[in-house]
Amino acid sequence: MAEAPAAPNMTPLSFHVPEPRFRPGDAVDYADFDRGEAGAVARPDVAALPADMRGHAYSLVRVLDDEGVAHGPWNPRLSPDRLRRMLRDMALTRAFDDRMYRAQRQGKTSFYMKCTGEEATSIAAAHALDRGDMCFPSYRQQGLLIARGWPIGQMMNQIYSNAGDNLKGRQMPIMYSAREAGFFSVSGNLTTQYPQAVGFAMASASRGDTRIAACWCGEGSTAEGDFHSACTFAAVYRAPVILNVINNQWAISSFSGIAGAEATTFAARGIGYGIASLRVDGNDILACYAVLDWAAERARGNHGPTLIEYFTYRAEGHSTSDDPTKYRSAEERGAWPLGDPIVRLKQHLIGLGEWDEERHAAMDKEVAEFIRDEGRKAEAQGTLHDGLSQPFTTMFEDVFEEQPWHLKEQSAQMQAERKAAGI
Amino acid sequence: MSSSPATETRSMNMIQAINSALDVCMDRDPAITVMGEDVGYFGGVFKATEGLQKKYGKGRVFDTPINEGGIIGVAVGMSAYGLRPVPEIQFADYIYPGLDQLVSEAARLRYRSAGEFTAPITVRSPFGGGIFGGQTHSQSPEALFTHVAGIKTVIPSNPYDAKGLLVAAIEDNDPVIFFEPKRIYNGPFDGHYDRPVTPWAKHPQSQVPEGYYRIPLSQAAVVREGEAATMLAYGTMVHVALGVIEASGIDAEVIDLRTLWPVDIETIEASVKKTGRCIVVHEATRTGGFGAELSALVQERCFYHLEAPIERVTGWDTPYPHSLEWAYFPGPVRLTQALKRVIEA
Ligand SMILES: Cc1ncc(C[n+]2csc(CCOP(=O)(O)OP(=O)(O)O)c2C)c(N)n1
Ligand SMILES: [Mg+2]
Repeated sequence: MAEAPAAPNMTPLSFHVPEPRFRPGDAVDYADFDRGEAGAVARPDVAALPADMRGHAYSLVRVLDDEGVAHGPWNPRLSPDRLRRMLRDMALTRAFDDRMYRAQRQGKTSFYMKCTGEEATSIAAAHALDRGDMCFPSYRQQGLLIARGWPIGQMMNQIYSNAGDNLKGRQMPIMYSAREAGFFSVSGNLTTQYPQAVGFAMASASRGDTRIAACWCGEGSTAEGDFHSACTFAAVYRAPVILNVINNQWAISSFSGIAGAEATTFAARGIGYGIASLRVDGNDILACYAVLDWAAERARGNHGPTLIEYFTYRAEGHSTSDDPTKYRSAEERGAWPLGDPIVRLKQHLIGLGEWDEERHAAMDKEVAEFIRDEGRKAEAQGTLHDGLSQPFTTMFEDVFEEQPWHLKEQSAQMQAERKAAGI
Repeated sequence: MSSSPATETRSMNMIQAINSALDVCMDRDPAITVMGEDVGYFGGVFKATEGLQKKYGKGRVFDTPINEGGIIGVAVGMSAYGLRPVPEIQFADYIYPGLDQLVSEAARLRYRSAGEFTAPITVRSPFGGGIFGGQTHSQSPEALFTHVAGIKTVIPSNPYDAKGLLVAAIEDNDPVIFFEPKRIYNGPFDGHYDRPVTPWAKHPQSQVPEGYYRIPLSQAAVVREGEAATMLAYGTMVHVALGVIEASGIDAEVIDLRTLWPVDIETIEASVKKTGRCIVVHEATRTGGFGAELSALVQERCFYHLEAPIERVTGWDTPYPHSLEWAYFPGPVRLTQALKRVIEA
């Protein structure tokens, strides 16, 4: 150990380790959280200079108020049809999550991750972006696939690693890959998708294409070096990319303060790079849509990248391997000051006279039945543990385009091994 | 406070033994600092650091941002101050962003500063497959580290060794990668995935002293003596090797390397010269794996004693697959066949 401080008359240094406000058993009070008013934040021109809109990294773009009424310049004025589609996509995502979570609990697969409470962030993106725009998601953007119409059954097949799995059983559940849906292969290694999205955007720009790119990560993942590499490249090349940070307050057991939220916002990370940065109510799908639409227009107009922080709450555990009651107060979810995204859009549609409780109940029923039916069809193609659905030799495919001698040998060895053992 | 002499033992699983090692070391040396993703209040996703923050405070046990390069980098800086950091990397599969700080910095600091600065860091990390973790929760990247000059690599195979080796690693003045085979955290595993899991409590090596003891680095353990062949293994594969020998009735010797590098060459040499046959076993991919190094060493030193070609039994040279996990894993079938080939050669 180093010696004691040489100057005893000086103030000893102290070491700061952030601590969340609420732990298990604590009463939760978000009274001092400043949400701002719905409709209060200005909407800059899509060509605004990042330096002229720094305040947007600290405010919160909100459209829907507590009564579900839309306010202000960010109101995207979407058609009732579009709003109803977005509502159904969110309901479908939630029903899908519930079913697959239960399937994991029943031993039908190894792992699952829900996005409950965060549905608006992905569904808004799928609606605001063009189908041809390329998405580089984290593991919690199942809503993108669902809203882009990628078959639900296909997602379930992947989760079960069954005979219908387009990834041949190779990937852990939810690590989808769906090129046709503009959905890049999900990595288990956090934030690697960030510079990749920037690279796609750079390529698209350098070839005079019109497609833009978008990526997603959690607030915890902004700490990774790749996040900062992405910001640097995006700013330098003014890449047509939307950098989305889903701040759901928790990274497994670590609260957002461990990623730096005590001192600033995650949107404000972009300011130092010279990236237009905004913070939005992540449980208000109209606000999410509006900000994404702004960022997409900005990118398409060659005005450069946008960083968006979605302020939301991870309503469930991190994954099926997690027990959140061990590290956070169970009251947080109920007390969350930005409500639930499905409830808020439903309330808005009812206020518009475009929806009612009966239609909502009918939608919930229709969605539940659809998921149940899709689930049965997927399970008919096998679940993880009821027999291996992939031919064993597929294990040695796709390591390289062409199989080198050593993999041919290993493949043959494995087949001989299994034959000799009578498997 | 009751003092617990080293002789008082308790049945522990691997996690409890690792936790106990950290506790004992932190109690003895205020320079030891534990950090990593989720290691503080929560006690780690595998619970290896449970209770330590409460006992030693947030100044010595704390959560870090999710940035493995940062974790290792600040550990190097803390070492420069005089601390002895024991960072946890949540899964070995996530150690890669920390490679630059490990390989270019921690490993070479002593050399490039002629001993002025050192990096007495022990990086703990769960590794290996067998839990349906797919390609990002199953990897065995030990050969990346044994390849680097200036890093020691340690892998325990049971609770007693885990504690004793971790204590020695933490007390070592050079950087140590301490890989914990997560498949055997809760019980030994002989590769028969279709049989019920046995808890550590039934295994003699789960009797762990409560207090301080250490197992010196670079000392292998002969876990089964035999005459017919030598099996070199570490981590989970030690148990697979023992299971195969028991089932086959072949009188092979099993050496648990415990420290991969610097390896206990004398124990290996003596065994292979005695048996004349050698099988190298690991879960990691084959090409350029640590088995290649072991095989070269045995060939260089025991060539005239060998009666059969050295066999390597390993994972295949593919990423770790999710659903075909057990076809990938070098389990009893693969190992039994190799053992027979070596014996019959
Ligand atoms: C490089 C890397 N380090 C660590 C992990 C382990 N890990 C998986 S998810 C996670 C927390 C991520 O939190 P956040 O970014 O906030 O996303 P959220 O889960 O909240 O959506 C951690 C630490 C990982 N997958 N990859
Ligand atoms: Mg998060």
